[in-house]
Amino acid sequence: MGPALPTRQLVLLSAVGLAIFFGIWTGAAWLELAPRRFLPMPWDVIDRAFKLTETRFSGQTLQGHLVISVERYLRGFILAVLVGVPLGLLMGWYRWLDYIVTPVFDALRFVAPIAWVPFAALWFGTGIGGPTMIIFAGAFPPCLINAYRGARYVETRYIEAAQTLGASGLRVVREVLLPASLPSIIAGLRISAGAGWQSLIGAELIAANAGVGLMMVRGQAALDTSIVMVGMIAVGLIGLLIDVALRGAETWIKAKQGH
Amino acid sequence: MADIVLDGVSRVFGHGDKRFVALDKVSYTVADNEFVAVVGPSGCGKTTCMRMAAGLEFPTSGTCKVGGKIVDRPGPDRAVVFQQFALFPWKTVQQNIDFGLRSLNVPRSEAGDRIAASIKLMGLEGYEAAYPHQLSGGMQQRVAIARAYVLNPQVLLMDEPFGALDAQTRTVMQEELLRVGRINPRTVMFITHAVEEAVYLADRVIVMTRRPGRIKETIDVKPVRLAEKWDNYERIEDVMDLESFVHLRTRIWRLLREQHDPADH
Repeated sequence: MGPALPTRQLVLLSAVGLAIFFGIWTGAAWLELAPRRFLPMPWDVIDRAFKLTETRFSGQTLQGHLVISVERYLRGFILAVLVGVPLGLLMGWYRWLDYIVTPVFDALRFVAPIAWVPFAALWFGTGIGGPTMIIFAGAFPPCLINAYRGARYVETRYIEAAQTLGASGLRVVREVLLPASLPSIIAGLRISAGAGWQSLIGAELIAANAGVGLMMVRGQAALDTSIVMVGMIAVGLIGLLIDVALRGAETWIKAKQGH
Repeated sequence: MADIVLDGVSRVFGHGDKRFVALDKVSYTVADNEFVAVVGPSGCGKTTCMRMAAGLEFPTSGTCKVGGKIVDRPGPDRAVVFQQFALFPWKTVQQNIDFGLRSLNVPRSEAGDRIAASIKLMGLEGYEAAYPHQLSGGMQQRVAIARAYVLNPQVLLMDEPFGALDAQTRTVMQEELLRVGRINPRTVMFITHAVEEAVYLADRVIVMTRRPGRIKETIDVKPVRLAEKWDNYERIEDVMDLESFVHLRTRIWRLLREQHDPADH
């Protein structure tokens, strides 16, 4: 990459990018490249977004759907982190665990999260359990893989130092592998957060009783594309927020460890 | 009683054509509270000897015993100071020094006292809350030594601990190590390739050869140190000026030069 630019220029360039995006959108809508009801103007979408915060659509207001989706998401994502990260670290230390888990994991991780939707709906329902399982299916593999790789590539001297200082296996995992792998784990969380969020919306498009995905499908069924676009924008903005938060955590940890 | 006994220790890597003998039937003893320096060219297996005493590597044949017990794992009774310090970057100075004490389940109040004492011994007051990357190389190595000393280990294993330091810092650290060793004598195996350092610090210097790694000769320094009263001199450069010191240093240099293989260069 080229040299870094001052913040003011960066902000300006980002604004230019957004302006071009909305310009093309407005132009395409104005030229009616697609019928107006299928490609609404940006301000129609914004107007619709405000209306959706006041009146219910498919049982909830916009924020109601969002809260339901985010809640499901956090449930599934946190579960994936709590299971995936410790399991990955332990697999990085205990060879036997690695051999037990890896064949199953490698076979299952290539199944797209969406493919679990029928089973998730049948086993755990379309309320909380089913969507949680889909998010888990999307978010779990990057958590596990990055924790595992992080643990395997920890510098030997730290592990040897801990062993000569009398640390047990579990203490090596907790006090050496975990902190030494944090940059890798956080990178995994960023991938995992995105994958989980995408899986959720995908799942809600297929089977859910509420949530942003459901709102978008119902909007499509009613041929009201502005509702679909409100959903897309909301999904994108929340995904962005999640990523910004995790990037902040990454910077903070690196600064703390003196990288 | 904590002596280190290497008895006919060999270490072989690979098979067939790629077979490589790193150590060939090496036997030596570091007596209780004795300071032994092992010198030799790179690849002579001197570090491997130390790692065997630490329980980080194991002999292909022969035995390595510490305190009469065959070494089968690493443990806090044999504290190791590594060349690259190996301080935990995510822990403060205090937490680094505390790491081994927590393995030993030392009561917290006693641990606090011991940490404070070792911080004082190594001149680290005021840096308790600092992270390793905020310290200079010399200070980091002080922390590494404090982390080893705080365990009150019977045996100290040091692998070129001053190799990564600049010349001035190294000199200070050598004087410090001698000072601390007088207060608190331990069985020490000290690996180095610096001849002056070995003669200055050790009771005995073991000279090794490479390919295969064997012991060439053992030089007793302690009788000379006592006879010539080296301990009366405060500074390393004064000791290094003494005729007795120069004599020993030159002797070891010759031993190392004799094995210099022109085919290597």
